[in-house]
Amino acid sequence: MAVIKKKKDKALPAVNTSALPDIVFMLLFFFMVATVMREVDLKVSVNKPQATEIQKLERKSLVTYIYAGSPRAKYQDKFGKTARIQLNDAFASIDDLQPFVVQEREAKAEEDRPMMTMSIKADKTVKMGLISDIKLELRKAQAYKINYSSLQPKDAEALYSSDN
Amino acid sequence: MARNKRAIPEINAGSMADIAFLLLIFYLVTTTMDTDKGINRKLPPIEDELVQEPPPIKERNIFTVLVNSNDQLLVEDEYLKINQLRAKAMEFIDNNGDGSCEYCKGYGVSSSSDNPVKAVISLQNDRGTSYGMYVKVQNELVAAYEDLRERYAEDEYGRSYRGMNPKEDKEIIKEIKNAYQQKISEAEPLNIGG
Repeated sequence: MAVIKKKKDKALPAVNTSALPDIVFMLLFFFMVATVMREVDLKVSVNKPQATEIQKLERKSLVTYIYAGSPRAKYQDKFGKTARIQLNDAFASIDDLQPFVVQEREAKAEEDRPMMTMSIKADKTVKMGLISDIKLELRKAQAYKINYSSLQPKDAEALYSSDN
Repeated sequence: MARNKRAIPEINAGSMADIAFLLLIFYLVTTTMDTDKGINRKLPPIEDELVQEPPPIKERNIFTVLVNSNDQLLVEDEYLKINQLRAKAMEFIDNNGDGSCEYCKGYGVSSSSDNPVKAVISLQNDRGTSYGMYVKVQNELVAAYEDLRERYAEDEYGRSYRGMNPKEDKEIIKEIKNAYQQKISEAEPLNIGG
């Protein structure tokens, strides 16, 4: 029949991909600007608590992180489920905290040292006993500025529900 | 002269996209988006031995908040829910029992604080309290102060305290902070239900 067109006549023209690098570079630059380097490999699971009165940590270079929570599933057969502290890339005990703070302070420029902030990134199920021990060690190490890392809740009502 | 006539071959840019993708994926994997936010606090320095006895604080000027190992709140000998804590704390700070605070709108109850400068919030938790609950309580107490400062800023300057620029409005912020000074004292945790 005459109505059916012959397909062979029209080969599809190749899609012009010359602008593809531009698009990808644009994405690349976006990610380079908007993200920060991952500091450590988290070995403890940290589900941060929620809070509304939170402030942004301004200068990243002044912030030192202390992680606390129960070890992740793959470390549980070795370290158990009790909440532990993680400093840099390794599990640590409470006695390691003071030398760690001193070492971190030494690594910073002299004029920045008083402004050093310790950010406590702890899971919300961690017991306060551990956090109190951390706080006591920080006081001994004269690191007084701390920050309880928390998330902005989606709505204020969620803050008061019992499950978080 | 023959040299000039030779056309420069065009550089093949076909693999440019591949290189860019490679870089992009590298950045996607090694970086994180999360911004660091949290409640800023300041720890008290350790004093080896008290040089002198701390000045006595009247019972009415202390607002005690206790949290037990079951994450229950006891505020001023009264069982409270976490969503009632903010209002209760604001009522206490803003009480203005001795009438010296001109901007306060409290009821002047004789069993509550004299004025915001004298009012101290005392927080004590158990070693078994969950960190989530602790942050929630801290958050409510800080929020109580922030709400009062917000109201003060609205009344005195007709502006929002939270919306102020920390650089431009340095003096105003200082004054507002002085009007409602944050005084939260933390006691050593108990170990009852550890």
